[in-house]
Amino acid sequence: MIADLDFSIVGRTLPYLTGGLQYTVQITVVAAIGGTVFGTLLAMARLSALKPLALAAAGYVNLMRSIPLLLVIFWFYFLVPVILQSLTGAERPPQIGAERSAYITFIMFEAAYFCEIMRAGIQSIPKGQAGAASALGLTYWRSMQLVILPQAFRNMLPVLLTQTIILFQDVSLVSLLNVTDFVGAATKVAQRDSRVVEMYLFVAVVYLALCWALSSGVRRLQTKIAIIR
Amino acid sequence: MLAAGLQWTLIVAALAWIAAFVLGSVIGVARTTDRAWLVRLGNGYVELFRNIPLIVQFFVWFFVVPGVIPPVKRWVVSVDPLTFQLVTSVVCLGLFTAARLAEQVRAGIQSLARGQRDAGYALGLSQVQTYRYVLLPMAYRIIIPPLTSELMNLIKNTAVAYSIGLTELFFRTREMGEMTFRYFEAFGAATVIYAAIAFASNRLMALLERRVAVPGYIGAHK
Repeated sequence: MIADLDFSIVGRTLPYLTGGLQYTVQITVVAAIGGTVFGTLLAMARLSALKPLALAAAGYVNLMRSIPLLLVIFWFYFLVPVILQSLTGAERPPQIGAERSAYITFIMFEAAYFCEIMRAGIQSIPKGQAGAASALGLTYWRSMQLVILPQAFRNMLPVLLTQTIILFQDVSLVSLLNVTDFVGAATKVAQRDSRVVEMYLFVAVVYLALCWALSSGVRRLQTKIAIIR
Repeated sequence: MLAAGLQWTLIVAALAWIAAFVLGSVIGVARTTDRAWLVRLGNGYVELFRNIPLIVQFFVWFFVVPGVIPPVKRWVVSVDPLTFQLVTSVVCLGLFTAARLAEQVRAGIQSLARGQRDAGYALGLSQVQTYRYVLLPMAYRIIIPPLTSELMNLIKNTAVAYSIGLTELFFRTREMGEMTFRYFEAFGAATVIYAAIAFASNRLMALLERRVAVPGYIGAHK
């Protein structure tokens, strides 16, 4: 049975597969950066003294975290055109396609997870730091920017990177919307050439190698940061 | 229609949770023993299952395993598709979640003071008995909060079984949207159901957490 396997299919379709992998990496990078920015803002909102703002942020984060990512992906796939339509006042919902709506989906979804990480980071900073910042006459925004967030960010860097590795794996779910990410590309080749076994084995090995290398990198970084403290 | 889907979601989640709990405990314990090969085996398992996306693991169990192991192939052809989808989902989610639980169980055992283990041995307990009567009863009670989030993750992850065509809640949601063209209503209903399950399991675990809290720890209310 194993003798029937033909891995030359991987070599022949490699450019197509790398194209898929490139899309996966692009989404990961954009969503990690966007998610960190929005997540930090959400974390500040959750910790805000303004009750309605804190409640709204908490509601958003809890909702996002309690439903499956797959459901979120389909929600945004249907919602984004409708929202864009109402924003631009166009007559019909714009056809933006699953490839592009996925960027928005993952930024919004990851923001909820990055929010909880940044909230823990901000809360781990001693109160004296915020007190010292305001004693120096810094405004809320300046003290966040110059004192609190840089420290919170550095403390949480390993956790943020670990979440990014999870995000890198989660992007594979967009293949169910027929998007040509790494898994989507493999699926299309697998179906066209009836080489399902070879393609999915290849995909599994590539993910394993990449994520294993990345997570051991994060572990090394963690010990480095731990020495500084 | 959604209720029929919900039924499979809950059944798969429950069976996978039991499998993951047993296997995850065994692997978590293996990683805290003093046998290097057991530790390495446990670490290898966790790395393997944590570094491959869940959907790829589903495809591996569904397409690759029957493709390369002839006896599995013969079995797959002999049963009806639903049985095969259910077994695949439970095995896949069970082994995937076991890797995560193993990590929690290991952390729980390692959070205990070294003296606990030594005290067990000093009482003349064997290694197995020390784990059974001293270390595990403490470790399980300490790791209930992370176990709660793993349970909620597992329930959410059952939606990925849609990728192999299991007619669970998410599958039924899409089907309902496509049949009626009322996507927003269908997805809204599914969102409410998933959020309700997450909330219910969270409350249930919080109740358990209070019941078994270790007296004297910060988490204990008494």
